[in-house]
Amino acid sequence: MTRRERALGTARTGQVVTAISLLALAGVFVRALAFTPVDRLQGPAQKILYIHAPVAFTSLMAFAVCGVLSLIYLAMRDRRLDRAAAASAEVGVAFSVAMLITGPIWGKPVWGTWWTWDARLTSTLFIFLLFVGYLIMRDAVIDPDQRARFSAVIGIMGLVLVPFIHLTVYLFRTLHPNPTLLKPSAPSMPGVMLVTLLSSIGVFLLLYAGFVTQRYAVAALQELREEEMLRDS
Amino acid sequence: MPVADYARVVWAIIAKDAMVEWRTKTAFLSAMVFAILVLSILFFARDPTAVSSLDVAPGALWVTFTFAAMVGLNRAFLLERENGAMDGMLLTPIPRTAIFVGKMGGNLLFVALVEAISIPLFILFYNVSLAGRLPQLILVTAMATVAFVAVGTLLSAMVVRTRFAELMLPVLLLPFLIPPVVSAVQVTARILAGRPLSEMMPWLKLLAGFDIVFCVLTVLLFEATLDE
Repeated sequence: MTRRERALGTARTGQVVTAISLLALAGVFVRALAFTPVDRLQGPAQKILYIHAPVAFTSLMAFAVCGVLSLIYLAMRDRRLDRAAAASAEVGVAFSVAMLITGPIWGKPVWGTWWTWDARLTSTLFIFLLFVGYLIMRDAVIDPDQRARFSAVIGIMGLVLVPFIHLTVYLFRTLHPNPTLLKPSAPSMPGVMLVTLLSSIGVFLLLYAGFVTQRYAVAALQELREEEMLRDS
Repeated sequence: MPVADYARVVWAIIAKDAMVEWRTKTAFLSAMVFAILVLSILFFARDPTAVSSLDVAPGALWVTFTFAAMVGLNRAFLLERENGAMDGMLLTPIPRTAIFVGKMGGNLLFVALVEAISIPLFILFYNVSLAGRLPQLILVTAMATVAFVAVGTLLSAMVVRTRFAELMLPVLLLPFLIPPVVSAVQVTARILAGRPLSEMMPWLKLLAGFDIVFCVLTVLLFEATLDE
């Protein structure tokens, strides 16, 4: 099998995973809207949680994956790791945009304001900007090896920066709802809502996997084309 | 390599950079003019009947330092790119980390000089009375400067070899400046207001942690930015 065929096969797998997760996503929407009770205090606005929290979680995880893959790349210098790190960062940025759009839509009716400099809001905004910078820099480096090394350096530094940013904005007061899911005691949410939220998280993780696989295959094809053009010239 | 030799190499690189800057003074003068302009413009960016100059002073000082430092950081590795100077340095039998520490030292010297001139101007322009609290201001300035020079030097080593080099540095560097600059602004505000040290401690601890972690990390990562 040639490299081209292999990349096309990976792209095909990514498409299948994406298609399955989009179908599942439709199912989650139906469940969230029709079969999950409306929140007593927040009303219908609370439904946004089923998109907002999963995309937020997935995008932060995507950036963490990018950082870890960057670290492994510098140790092993395998170009596939760089491609996967870049794919993860790009999907993370896309999910962050979804998070930053759904957040204010929920914030307006519940907090009474579209935007506030709340701790978690602010840190996710900065982390999003950092990884936009990461993607811009990838475009600005022509040599693929150099691009991989530079990206890895930024990815690792980003991974280390995240706790510092979080600590910085945490020293300001926070308005965000306290953790309802990932906390030491039992989740403070009715079972029906919890099932909807958890299945939504699962679906978004699957969607992430589908997107990253496709993006990875596109990067592999791009590199192949670059090599061909170098050989022809 | 023994510590004394290592220090000698680092010093040689700092001296080289200082010498180059001394002979042209272009970057230093630009950074200085830039600093004065930013300090004065920010003074007018408020309603003087509603906001006292002391309320905007800490922010103004740190915006000035950040952007003036960027002028110097951009230049640091641009110098080495011309005539393949970096290749020459890499060919010499010295540890790679010494090159980084030397370049960082040169940048620190540059930014420290800009700050040393800006602080008196800041006190003059914003009518600040420090009353014996100058050492505190110098300490926090030093801590925050180390933080952004360490990260800035590493990023500058990379961005000079990308397209749109001058544009890339702020985009990549500013997210990294959030913890040190926010801490520095918070501490500076408390120093100017004459608050006790205990109120500044959380921010100073954050700043110290950032300094240690990023100084070590940037030295370790520098080698990955070099072309084989």
